[in-house]
Amino acid sequence: MIRLNNIHKSYVTGSNSLHVLKGIDLEIEEGEFVSIMGSSGSGKSTLLNILGILDTHDEGSYYLNGTLIQNMSEKKAARLRNELLGFVFQSFNLISFKNAMENVALPLYYQGVSRKKRNQIALEYLDKVGLREWAEHLPNEMSGGQKQRVAIARSLISKPKIIFADEPTGALDTSTSYEVMDLLKSINEEGITMILVTHEHDIAAMTHKIIRLKDGRIGKIIKNGDLQSFQEQYAKTTTTV
Amino acid sequence: MFDIDKWQEIWSTIKKNKLRTFLTGFAVAWGIFMLMVLLGAGNGLNNGVSSNFENNARNAMWIWSRKTSMPYAGLQSGRRIRFTIDDYESIKKIKKIDKISARYWIGTRTYSFRNEYGDYNTQSCHPDYKDIDKFDITQGRFLNDIDLQYRRKVIVIGEDIRKALFKHVDPIGQILKVGNMPFKVIGVYNEKDPREGTRQGLIPITTAQILYSAGNRIHSLTLTTVDVKKRESERIEKEIRNLLAKNHKFNPDDQRAIGIYNSLKDYIQTMSIFQAIKMFIWLIGIGTLVAGIVGVSNIMLIVVKERTKEIGVRKALGASPGSIVSLVLLESILITAIAGYIGMFLGISVMEGVNFVMEQQTQAQVGASGDQGEFRMFMNPTVDLRIAISAMLLLVTAGALAGYFPAKKAASVKPIEALRDE
Repeated sequence: MIRLNNIHKSYVTGSNSLHVLKGIDLEIEEGEFVSIMGSSGSGKSTLLNILGILDTHDEGSYYLNGTLIQNMSEKKAARLRNELLGFVFQSFNLISFKNAMENVALPLYYQGVSRKKRNQIALEYLDKVGLREWAEHLPNEMSGGQKQRVAIARSLISKPKIIFADEPTGALDTSTSYEVMDLLKSINEEGITMILVTHEHDIAAMTHKIIRLKDGRIGKIIKNGDLQSFQEQYAKTTTTV
Repeated sequence: MFDIDKWQEIWSTIKKNKLRTFLTGFAVAWGIFMLMVLLGAGNGLNNGVSSNFENNARNAMWIWSRKTSMPYAGLQSGRRIRFTIDDYESIKKIKKIDKISARYWIGTRTYSFRNEYGDYNTQSCHPDYKDIDKFDITQGRFLNDIDLQYRRKVIVIGEDIRKALFKHVDPIGQILKVGNMPFKVIGVYNEKDPREGTRQGLIPITTAQILYSAGNRIHSLTLTTVDVKKRESERIEKEIRNLLAKNHKFNPDDQRAIGIYNSLKDYIQTMSIFQAIKMFIWLIGIGTLVAGIVGVSNIMLIVVKERTKEIGVRKALGASPGSIVSLVLLESILITAIAGYIGMFLGISVMEGVNFVMEQQTQAQVGASGDQGEFRMFMNPTVDLRIAISAMLLLVTAGALAGYFPAKKAASVKPIEALRDE
């Protein structure tokens, strides 16, 4: 599904050049649930952005679902994102003057689907995340957890192959984070590849594979065994506190 | 491009920032409003002044005699020139002369009809005079060649005389006494320009020659040319001057021997001033408009900055650059077009209102004093619809221009940078 080969990325600010990614080699299979971990400045968000065709790489090759991502026009990149990818952000990034249903329907608007149809489908997906009754509400009328769920519904509506989540639980409290992770897990079980960026260990532990980034390079790749047992362990620790 | 969603989006962004949108639009509306008012005022001046030219033939020349200021052919300066009917005949032959009339004044006499009488001026002339002075024949007819041939004792009276002496009686065919001389009234005339007055009677010049011992003397000449340009008109003027100089033996370069007033020169000069004024007005109008457009552009830049995050999200979700550009552009055009339309509507309404009030005032004046009103400086200060529409098109283009650069900027932003915009 995803193949990175010797990816380099630098940010140029004024006369300085910051070499963020220093040669990344990575392979991710379809249906995997992967998390990318690392301290601040390790380049994890940069990596996610390159994977999500939100940014360009300087050196190396990136194959996404068999297509070489190279010198893409903005128009083509947009279409690819629309068809293949879904995004979930830390700060939700819902459009504030649109209600939940319209927010969820937005990717379909860029696919050219008619109004009636896409709103209908949006309602279905809101139902899937359990927020059907909140369809007419504006983002500022909803809690963090609800907003994130709306964002997740939005990321699903275009039936993507991969979902990228950049610190999806970063702005949520523990129990809500839990619910969100549950949701992501169930989505992954339906066959959608899930790539997560996080700096929280307990969240990362809920995924199949942890990729550790250190100073712009891949440090360790940890394969995670049992998700279930960790959940139980975690639940036990919270109740005791 | 024009689907409902786009409009909905634009509408909701505008609603969110009512004050800001209003202030932006205001600058544009004001610009157009000023342009309309200025154009209307300019038109008003133009119309008013040129209407005064309509009261006399545009290409008329008025020639009168004075004293020589230069000695010539053995004759001293200070000699008074006296026109004769021969001058009339010889000038009549000059090419491109259209209508020509000599004039000879009789002076003030007492006009009487039945029990009414009053003192009025009498003037004698040729039939062509009607077309040179351009008055209206409201009843009957003007003098014709037969009147002149038979030296008939006929008279055309002015409207003031008719009102004063004939009141409700039809004057045509009646016998009017001028001094002791009976004349038959054949027509009544009226002047459009109230300054020119209608307190005189006009009789055939040939009649005056016999009755008032005019002989072959005439006091002045007046003529029109066929439709010619300024240079041609000046050439004719020179030809007339030379001819009269030859007939009366004065130096053709003597500017003071005779007087010639060429109304075409006057007209052209005045009109060119108005052309200049019109251009100036457009310049100011467009300048004001540009200020408004810059305002819109400024606001659109801010809008783009504000919505950077949103734009980033849209791009991440699959919005093409074109879609982003059209979002910004449409909003810009919408604001400009609506504001412009409001400004235009208000501007035109104000000018129509001024026009209406002015007409009322003129009517009131006519009603009160029976006078046609005064010299018009300002008339019909309205704006041609074509001008208004082309101004609107200008606006929409300007709106597009104003929004273009901010839009391009918006579209070119990388989504990842946009999303980083905390």
